[in-house]
Formats: sequence, structure tokens, C-alpha cells
Amino acid sequence: MEIIDILFTASFWAAAIRISSPLIFATLGELICERAGVLNLGIEGIMVAGAFAGWMAVYSGTGLWAGVCVAMLVGMLFGLLHSTLTVPFGLSQHVVGLGVTLLATSSTYYAYRLALPEVTSPPKIEAFQPYEIPILSDIPLLGPALFSQTPLTYLAFILVAVVGVVLYRTPLGLAVRAAGENPATVVAQGLSVTAIRMGSVMVGSGLMAVGGAFLTMSAFDSFFFEMVNGRGWICIALVVFGTWRPGKALLGAVLFAAFDALQIRVQQTSLGTHIPYQIFLMMPFILSIFALILMSRRAEVPAALMVPFNKGER
Amino acid sequence: MSKDAVEALSLNAITKRFGELTANDAVSLAVNVGEVVALLGENGAGKTTLMNILFGQYTADSGTVRVFGDTLPSGNSRAALDAGVGMVHQHFTLADNLTVQENITLGVHSLLKPSLGRAAAKTRIAALSKKFHLAVSPDARVGTLSVGERQRVEILKALYRDVRILILDEPTAVLTPQETDDLFATLRLAIAEGLSIIFISHKLHEVMAIADRVVVLRHGKMAGGVNTKDTDKNALAEMMMGTEATPPEVSPAKPDAPLLAFRNVTTADVGSVPGLKSVSLALKGGQIVGLAGVSGNGQAAMADVVGGLLNPNEGQVILGSETVQKWTPRIAVQSGIARIPEDRHKTGTIADFDLVENAILERYKSPAFSNGGWLNWRKSRAFADGIIDKYDVRCPGSETPIRLLSGGNMQKLILGRVLEADPQIILANQPVRGLDIGAVNYVHSQLLAARARGAAVLLISEDLDEVMALSDVIHVIADGRLSPEFRRGEMTPAQLGLWMAGQGFETDIAYAS
Repeated sequence: MEIIDILFTASFWAAAIRISSPLIFATLGELICERAGVLNLGIEGIMVAGAFAGWMAVYSGTGLWAGVCVAMLVGMLFGLLHSTLTVPFGLSQHVVGLGVTLLATSSTYYAYRLALPEVTSPPKIEAFQPYEIPILSDIPLLGPALFSQTPLTYLAFILVAVVGVVLYRTPLGLAVRAAGENPATVVAQGLSVTAIRMGSVMVGSGLMAVGGAFLTMSAFDSFFFEMVNGRGWICIALVVFGTWRPGKALLGAVLFAAFDALQIRVQQTSLGTHIPYQIFLMMPFILSIFALILMSRRAEVPAALMVPFNKGER
Repeated sequence: MSKDAVEALSLNAITKRFGELTANDAVSLAVNVGEVVALLGENGAGKTTLMNILFGQYTADSGTVRVFGDTLPSGNSRAALDAGVGMVHQHFTLADNLTVQENITLGVHSLLKPSLGRAAAKTRIAALSKKFHLAVSPDARVGTLSVGERQRVEILKALYRDVRILILDEPTAVLTPQETDDLFATLRLAIAEGLSIIFISHKLHEVMAIADRVVVLRHGKMAGGVNTKDTDKNALAEMMMGTEATPPEVSPAKPDAPLLAFRNVTTADVGSVPGLKSVSLALKGGQIVGLAGVSGNGQAAMADVVGGLLNPNEGQVILGSETVQKWTPRIAVQSGIARIPEDRHKTGTIADFDLVENAILERYKSPAFSNGGWLNWRKSRAFADGIIDKYDVRCPGSETPIRLLSGGNMQKLILGRVLEADPQIILANQPVRGLDIGAVNYVHSQLLAARARGAAVLLISEDLDEVMALSDVIHVIADGRLSPEFRRGEMTPAQLGLWMAGQGFETDIAYAS
């Protein structure tokens, strides 16, 4: 019964929304890449790089929003690397993606050591603070959960709508989706598959990096090794869970985050004294796998996902 | 053509080479407003290449394209579209998971435009559907549509962009006769609107039905152009096939007993492609039997039955003197039937396998290449290297993926794989399609050599010159029916052309009954 009580506390939902925010950024990023036909396994490493770049920029004296832009830029650079190798050169998206993750992660740690050779515990920055939206934040339960978050969280939710509208309501979004479904269609209309795919991967990678930066600039105020901790891989599953649609992906991210927030709280109840805490840590992942199995049976995978395209070849 | 005709399009001396092969050799073509020009020619004659140049998907080595008087930049589909040229490709370029409307409106607006304007688009599609009798639901996913409906979407896609010149690449290849009639009705409406149409086909009766003028391509060159009202099917067939056949020195055949025979074999139709209709045929040792005919008249069914891929619905396959009960590709291979498949990419080789693996593909189980379930790579490699040497396969080595080879060299490997097993029966289906002249002569000489050592060869080809040059005996196939047997030199190309156009069969009492 304690679990039911937890579900009705505002702090639980506030935590769920907070935990879901980096997932939303990165899931949207991955979704854009995959919609254009490119699987971006660089996501984990790009999130690490984004987390460090944003935090380091702010530590060096830039403003918070400038730090977000720096993270985005770093992500786009890795996206440029990834898409150059996978799109015009048509290399294996699996190999390139894992390579980018390894490169981004290790070069980030290297850069950290170079920038802060002496420190034992990483310095803190002045992170984003919660902003209570007038009137809306006074709604019981919903107010403190949804409308007392940091600006980056609001941005994540707004981006879900933006990406949805762009993908489904604009000529650009149609071109991106067509590139992921049948590149030959795009070429026959006189558009460049290479440009569309590379652009999508760069923008998507930028969003992944912002997702990473959320961790160091909003959720916490410092950078730790291992802080991304597999969130990138979760986002790849969330894209499938969301059947490549931004709205459903948001739902998946919040659901996963809610499981995560729940397990922390359940650990502190009487249940937690009887059951090893590792079981609780496992819970969000196990429930996610079940949800994934249920949802993805009806999924419509972009038909040209992971299929390189060369104009002039048949 | 009236005197005040306005020129919509002109191609001037277009030349395009792919390596050794000249796909288009100084081809010129002009189309006037409101005119339907048919581009007629065999497979590999260069029709599609020419249209891909016009549409900016290939860059011509020389020559210019002018649309309504303006020269188009080469290799730019965008420019062609903007100039009012639309193309319905033979293999549709539609995205299955997108809706009809999304497929139609893709790329119409600038990518920077903030809205798709879906309501307006839907109204416009509905209006065009109605006007041109192209019934299709804008919200349906393309993946759920039939082939005929997909073609309507392709045509709507072009009309939506207000094209003035519409290119249709073999539009009827995938349609039923009823759908073809509907398509022609739509095209006539489009002509009435002042569109110009280029209609690519190798089906003579369709060309006669829809075109004002016919331009014939043969081996990449212009073979002539005539107004439809001044010609007939037979004259077109002769133009398309050519009459300059100069047969190589072929010694008289010494046919033995039949090694493989069909008795009244009938197979099911596949869509609009006819199956075999009570076909009887004998393949004798030491003899080449040529099967002439326009593509899509039952050749595929014939090849599939010989290769064991297809079992007859009625009739018997007789191997030697025994009627075959169970007929599968493996039994066919074990019975000494070797296959040069029609499509070397699709059914002849595995693109990412190397030459060794492709060389043993059909016989990896034989003791020559494996023992107790273990492949013998040493022997396999020696076998592949032997083929590479003997058949002059130009490649960096036997461990190269076969997709990196040119079509001619790929074909030589297949030929070697087939002939090295000393097969008794050889099915050669379009064995020289897309090859340059040197490779063609080589393949032909090898088939003649196989005949000399007593093998039975069935040569299926759409190139009448090839059939006449090599065959000891010729059958014509049309609409799944097989003509009587003609001996070498018995028929002129024009007479065979008549049979290919489906004439002569009416008097065939055996079939009529």
C-alpha cells in the first residue's frame, strides 16, 4: 500500500519528470536520425561529450544557455563524423556508431584530465534552477510535478511537439521520413538523400548532447565519469517503444523515469528492508523490456533504416 | 505531325558509355506538344538509359537535352522536374510506409516552407484523380495498394507537379490487360490536355495502339523512326530485331536422342505473364534449340520448368526415357542440367560472396568440394582459379566479392561454373544480356563447343540475331504457346517476327482444339 501512496505524491512525479528530461532530448535525437534511415549508436558517447562540454563551458565562465549551445555544437560535430562515415561512405552503421561512442567517451575523459589535472573532486557550477510557472504551478499535484521544473525540462517537452510538427506537417519532415523509407523516392524528386541524412544525424546528435548536458547542468551541478550510465542505450529502446513517433517516445521516457523514481522510493519503505536493493535497481529495466515487447510488435520500422544509399547504384 | 507543331523536347546526339559498353550512340529524338512517341527496343537497347539522361539521373558523355527550347543542365533531376519533365520509373519510386498524399507531395514545396498545406493538397489530388480517371485514396498507405494503384500514384505524382512531358518506362510490364486499357484512357486524357508523352515499351501492339510516332533503338543506336499510321507490327518487329545477322561458322548439327523432353506441359499464368500452354519440346544431344520471342511471353516459365523451379500443372517432363515424378532444382542439377540464369545478379550469384563461394554454389555438396559435411576449401579454390584462368575472368583474385566484377566477367564465371561440370543439358537464358561484343562472342563459342561434345542446349533470348546465329532449331514463343520447329535458315527474320507478334498460331490446329 505504501507504493500506492508514493504514486500520489507530487515529489514522486516531479522526480519522474526530471529523470525523463535527458531521456526525452536523446530519444528525440535518435528518433530523428532513425527516421532519416541512420541508426546512431554514437548516442551514449555523444551524451557523455555533451554532459562534459556544457558543464565545462559554464565552468569556464559562459552563461548557462551558451553552455547548452556549446554542448549542442559538440554533439553536432560528432554527428558530422558519424554521418560522413555512414552516409556518403556507406560504412556499417553499427561499427561506426559504437566507434563514435568509444571515441566520444574516451576523448571526453581525456579532455577532463587535461582541463582539470589537479582536482580530486570535480568542481560545481551554478546549475539551472527550477522555475515555477505562475498560476499553473499552483494546481495541486500537477503543479509541483510539471510546472516547477528547470527551463531545460520545459524545453524538452516543447521539443517533442516541435519535432512532431516538423516531421508530420512540413515538407522538410516529409523529406526526412521519405529518406528513411525509400531513398530512391527522394532522389526521383530531385532532392539529395546525402544532405537530408547528414543534416538529420547532425541535428539528432546535437539533441543527444543536450540530453547529456541536462545531467551536468540541471539534474546535478557537476561532471562525473560514468554519469550517463547507459541512458543512451535506453533511448535507443525508447525509440522502438515509441514506434518512431515523438509523442509515444515521450510517453515511454516518462514511464521509464517513473519506474526509476519509484524504485528509489520503494527501497526506503518496509519492502526495501526485506528485498535486496539490486532487485529494485533492476525493476525499471525489466518493466521496460516487457513494455518494449508489448509495444514494438506493431512497430513500423523505417523501411530503409540502416540501408546505405548510393545514387546511380541499383 | 502538323506543320505548326511546337517542339516540346529534343535530345541531340546523346552518347553514353558504361565502360566498354556504349549504351547510347549519338541518339537524337524530338517530341512535339500533344504527341505520343513510343521508344521501342529490346532489353538492353538503351531505352531506359536514354530516359535517365533526359531525367537527369545519368550524365551523358556528350549531347544535349532541350526542353521547350531551353538546354537542361546535365545530371540534375531537379532541373528536369522544374522544366516540366516527369518520369514514371519501371520500378516505382514510392515509399511504402507513407500515404499516397505524402508520396505525391514529397519534394513539391521548398524544404524551408513551414507547412505542407495538407487540405489544399488533398483537394488538388482529388480533382486530378477525377479529371484523369486515376481513382486512389489519398490517405491510404502505399504499401497496401495493388501494383496498378501504385502506378496511378506515380502518374498523379507527375501530374501534381504540372509536368508537360511525361515519360513512362515500360508502364504496362506489370499491368493486367484491363489495367492497361485504363492506363491508355488516362494517357489519352493527358494528351488532350496538351501533355507530351514518351512511352517506352517492347510490346508492339501497345505501341501501335497508343503512339503517334515510333522511334526504334537497337544496340544503343537509332534504328529508325516512323509514324504509326505508316507502319505495322511486322515492320516494327523487323526494325527492332534488325536483319544484319551474320551467323558465325557453325558446322551442321548431329543430333542424338532427346535428353530432356516436355510433353504437353502447361503451367499457371503469373499475373499478366502467361504460363506455358500445352508445350511440347525436345532437347537433343549435340543440338542448340533457340527460343525466340518478345519478353514476357512464357520464357520465364519455360526456364523455371527446365531448371526444376516450377512443376507443370499438366503434362510430363521426360528425362532421357523416364518420366520425371518429382522435379526440384536439386534433382535437376543432379540430372546434369546446368543453368545460366537470366538475371545473374538476382538468381545467378550472391553479391557479397567471393568467386570461390560463387563457383561452388550449385555443387558444394558434391564430393568434389566437400567431404562428410566439411567444405574442402583447397579444392574449391583450385576449381575457382581454374575457371578464372580458363575463361579469362578478369578479377583481382578468387577471393574478391563477386559484386565487384563487371557483368561480363561475372557471366564468364557462371559460364565456367556451368561448363566445367560437363553438363548434358544446358539452359542458357539470355546468356549475353548486357555484355559487350567480345564477351558475347566468347559465350557463344563456348555454347557451340558444348554442343560439339554432345550436350543439348536450350537458348532463350529476346535477341533474334542471336537465336538465328546459334540455333540448329528455332521455336517461337508467344503468349505461352510454342510454334512448330523451324530448321536453321528456314525462316527469315521477318517471318519469325510475324510469329513473335502472335500470328500463325491461329492456324495451329493442335492448339486450337
